[in-house]
Amino acid sequence: MLEYTQKIRDIARKLLEKGTVDVFIGYKKGSVPMMNEPVLIKNPEEVDLLHWDSHCGLNLCNYLTKRTDRVGIVANGCNSRNIVTHIIENQIKREQLYIVGIPCTGIIDHRAVKRAMGNKGILEVTESNDSFTVSGNGFQETFKKKDFLRTNCSTCLHRNPVEYDEMVADAVPEQEGVNPFKDVDVLEKKSPEERRKFFTQLISPCIRCYACRNACPLCYCPTCFVDESRPQWVGKSTDPVDTMTFHFLRAYHCAGRCTDCGACERVCPVGISMRQFTKKLNKDAFELFGWEAGTRMDQRPPLDIYRVDDYNDFVK
Amino acid sequence: MIKKIFAKQDWDKALESLKDKFKVFVPVKEGDFHNFRLLEAGRKPNFDFQNTRLSPKSVILPQSERMFEYTLDESNEDAHVVKEAPKDFAPQVIVGIRPCDAFAFELVRINFDNAEYQDPWWVRRMESTTLVGFGCNEPCASCFCTSVGSGPYSEKGLDALMVDLGDRFLVRSLTSKGEAFLEKIELGAEAADSLFKKALSLPRAAEKKISSRVHMDHLREKVGNELFNAPFWERVSFACINCGTCTYLCPTCWCFDIQDEVSGKEGDRIRNWDACMFPLFTLHGSGHNPRDKKLQRVRQRFMHKLKYYVDRYGHGPACVGCGRCVQFCPVNIDIREVFKLMNGF
Repeated sequence: MLEYTQKIRDIARKLLEKGTVDVFIGYKKGSVPMMNEPVLIKNPEEVDLLHWDSHCGLNLCNYLTKRTDRVGIVANGCNSRNIVTHIIENQIKREQLYIVGIPCTGIIDHRAVKRAMGNKGILEVTESNDSFTVSGNGFQETFKKKDFLRTNCSTCLHRNPVEYDEMVADAVPEQEGVNPFKDVDVLEKKSPEERRKFFTQLISPCIRCYACRNACPLCYCPTCFVDESRPQWVGKSTDPVDTMTFHFLRAYHCAGRCTDCGACERVCPVGISMRQFTKKLNKDAFELFGWEAGTRMDQRPPLDIYRVDDYNDFVK
Repeated sequence: MIKKIFAKQDWDKALESLKDKFKVFVPVKEGDFHNFRLLEAGRKPNFDFQNTRLSPKSVILPQSERMFEYTLDESNEDAHVVKEAPKDFAPQVIVGIRPCDAFAFELVRINFDNAEYQDPWWVRRMESTTLVGFGCNEPCASCFCTSVGSGPYSEKGLDALMVDLGDRFLVRSLTSKGEAFLEKIELGAEAADSLFKKALSLPRAAEKKISSRVHMDHLREKVGNELFNAPFWERVSFACINCGTCTYLCPTCWCFDIQDEVSGKEGDRIRNWDACMFPLFTLHGSGHNPRDKKLQRVRQRFMHKLKYYVDRYGHGPACVGCGRCVQFCPVNIDIREVFKLMNGF
């Protein structure tokens, strides 16, 4: 996906020079391997900072909330779905945006790469087409990208943006025969006790830094429920009950809205796979309402609309 | 000075044998990374790491600590009387702490143990703690300890130092506390001079491997207000998502919040880690928030570490160069870049 970089810069320059947008949001190459930094570009002279590779694992939609200017933004499949969600939730207007579409072939799981390299200090990761090379003092190893994709990317059904103004390249083929809900199927077969144990263990390393919440474009509440202080809703100590309350409530707030972009997992400093919470809700939204968040603008999300043909009897 | 040599499996046994004399905190592998944990049944120390994901600061300043307790039960004659909660100050030892993290305790001491204020629990816990350092032979790519007054074999704040010689650990005492610790260990042998000499050559080799440098020579002469109003903060802070990763992982961040939690009629007053990146950190009771924008919060974190500390205490910044924030900031805000911007402004 490296070849997209030049195209992104060209488009951003054109947009800023013509005044089509006031600012452009993209990624800048990071100062550490496998890390890129979201960047706001205001002048055409700065567009050469823009960069794209297989490590753009955050969700830039996070930076759009309540902006009032005209914004150019790069968006792959999941990011574009979050932009759509932002639009239908009135966080930004479609006409403010110029969406530069990225046909995405997946983001590399930086933790899997580090795991594979053990204690060897990674100094550089470079990529070409479908492989990438990890190097450091006295070692160099090349891997196939498909073996190191994040799990949300390896089972992604929307690699191409669903909404865009201009694409940086032709669409890539969508994956077929993948099951994004494989883990959920396993989880659903567990007894309630086993599930409680599973989730308790899952979040046991949590340090309540809220990186997952803050990296999530859905979490834009002016005051999050965990930050409410008058009255206080959730305790702030490391009591496991409070930590569990935070994770479950956060997940439920994402029901029918989550695009499985993986930003929450990408940022967690202790490597918690919190998509285990949201994926079940995504599956329910799909199975009960045929809903995939952020794929259409002509319909309200299932959890903010009433329909007479609802499957529940009690609403009739 | 005591200098002893241990086969690696003997070192594990030695630590095991100390469990009835100390609370022994050791690096334990948990999934993909290491953290310090109390050595107890079913836990094994693991010294095969570059650094632990979190620093051992929580051993001295727990993420949540019950300070006081009280009852609201009117039938109790002590109703509404706030009493100190029982605390454990039994002797403890942190084995395998990296020199940067030990130096961090020295920097934090400025706030918890000074002529004006002494935090009784922090002070007593430090008094009851022996710090057995672990020299770094393979520093991380993001480490810059040598630029900020520490180093892969810095002895600052340490009571003893472990040196990894491949199949053995050489452990030598640096203080009387360290000596007392080593005297309690029956295993191991007096280290031969040849091994000791070999160990002395390692620090230079390790220092050479540190490729990251920061400069701080101009920080003090900068005018605080000019740095405060510098135009670069907008760019530095744009990507910040205001999470607590940098502060919670930082060995020198020590801010806390005090909360009351009541269950039924019993109440606890708890001290919890807090983070200047959270909007709630500065929210006043009136509803006013003097730092309600992320630019202000990001600026505060760096100004506090790299300018206010330098100005107020007359020494280096509140940073030991461990590189945790560099590696784990979710959005790649790199303190090394901020050093450059501030020092070069």
